[in-house]
Amino acid sequence: MNYSYFPGCTLKNKATDLEKYARISAEALGFTLEEIPDWQCCGGEYPMGKDEIASKLSSVRALASAKDAGKDLVTLCSACYNVLKQVNNDVQTDETVDFKVNNYLKEDDIEYHGETKVIHYLEILRDVIGWDNVKKAVKNPFTGKKIGAYYGCLLLRPGKVLQLDDPENPQLLEDFIKAIGGTPVIYAQRNECCGAYTMFEDNSIPENRSKKILANAEDMGADFLVTSCPLCRYNLLKNKGESKLDVVYFTELLAEALGLKEAN
Amino acid sequence: MENKYLKEIILQKSGVNPKKCMVCGKCSGTCPNYDSMEYHPHQFVQMVENGDIEPLLNSKSIYACLSCFACLERCPRQVEPTKLIDAVRQVVEGTRGPHHLDPNQVPSHLDDDMPQQAIVSAFRKYKK
Repeated sequence: MNYSYFPGCTLKNKATDLEKYARISAEALGFTLEEIPDWQCCGGEYPMGKDEIASKLSSVRALASAKDAGKDLVTLCSACYNVLKQVNNDVQTDETVDFKVNNYLKEDDIEYHGETKVIHYLEILRDVIGWDNVKKAVKNPFTGKKIGAYYGCLLLRPGKVLQLDDPENPQLLEDFIKAIGGTPVIYAQRNECCGAYTMFEDNSIPENRSKKILANAEDMGADFLVTSCPLCRYNLLKNKGESKLDVVYFTELLAEALGLKEAN
Repeated sequence: MENKYLKEIILQKSGVNPKKCMVCGKCSGTCPNYDSMEYHPHQFVQMVENGDIEPLLNSKSIYACLSCFACLERCPRQVEPTKLIDAVRQVVEGTRGPHHLDPNQVPSHLDDDMPQQAIVSAFRKYKK
């Protein structure tokens, strides 16, 4: 089973672990991530303006590349997932966007009308491999570990566009935690924002947000948190203060559970 | 710029119809960054609808929105307030410059762990 794969800027730099453990786990579970050629950064934030076209083009190029390969386009980073899927939705539902991006990209022989399916790596585990099969492949279960899923914003919202899970009561990461043998901890802040990019505006914003999230997860008994977003992980760890909670990429946990971590 | 065109431009950019708002305040109630905002999400909706846009253009609240889509998700009338806040921001940042984030300031925010995602996102929101 092969998928087109969009890594995004951070996975080639500060979040190399997110990618490395995803790739070796994928091979162990029977699928391969094929990096699309000449991909460009998605921009990190979905351009909300109806008249913003240029900032949507890198996503359209990636989507068109996956279409040419005839494969679904997989992401690992929550932000890439959010931006690519929302831009894909624009091309599919907004004729003006569809016209303008194609008008611009025809010089590059690119024609794209929303054919590609954007999926998150977790969806492959859930919908293709299946949690039972993930569970069967686990060699080192996280037995007795209380793990808090931190979804943040970008994996879940807008729910109508992303359709990954129930945006207010998600269970995707909790099912993942169960599959690797851990015990999921439910806490109210699991789908509230970490403060995102606002350290460039006011450090106290991500600081206050992160402290609230960590305190809530700790109160509910979590031993550590799991995420798929490099910026969430950064904000939570940067502002952890007295909190003892670590924040780990889900792929690292997966690789560890599958017995692949020590060897790499 | 005439105020009526400004309102029209903001509505077009955002695709938002503020008339759908029933002023329940749920957007502001659920906003995780409410305390940092001078004008809150429900006020953006009402003030744009009333053509009272100048104060929004001059407020740092446009940079406090986290683009977390909580207000959009939880609005019972699908008003999508974050798109309206962002449209006001786009008008402000749509000038030739100077922009809210001067690239020369970026190094002072960096540390060894900061993901590229933070920097590209900040550029998209604060310099355009």
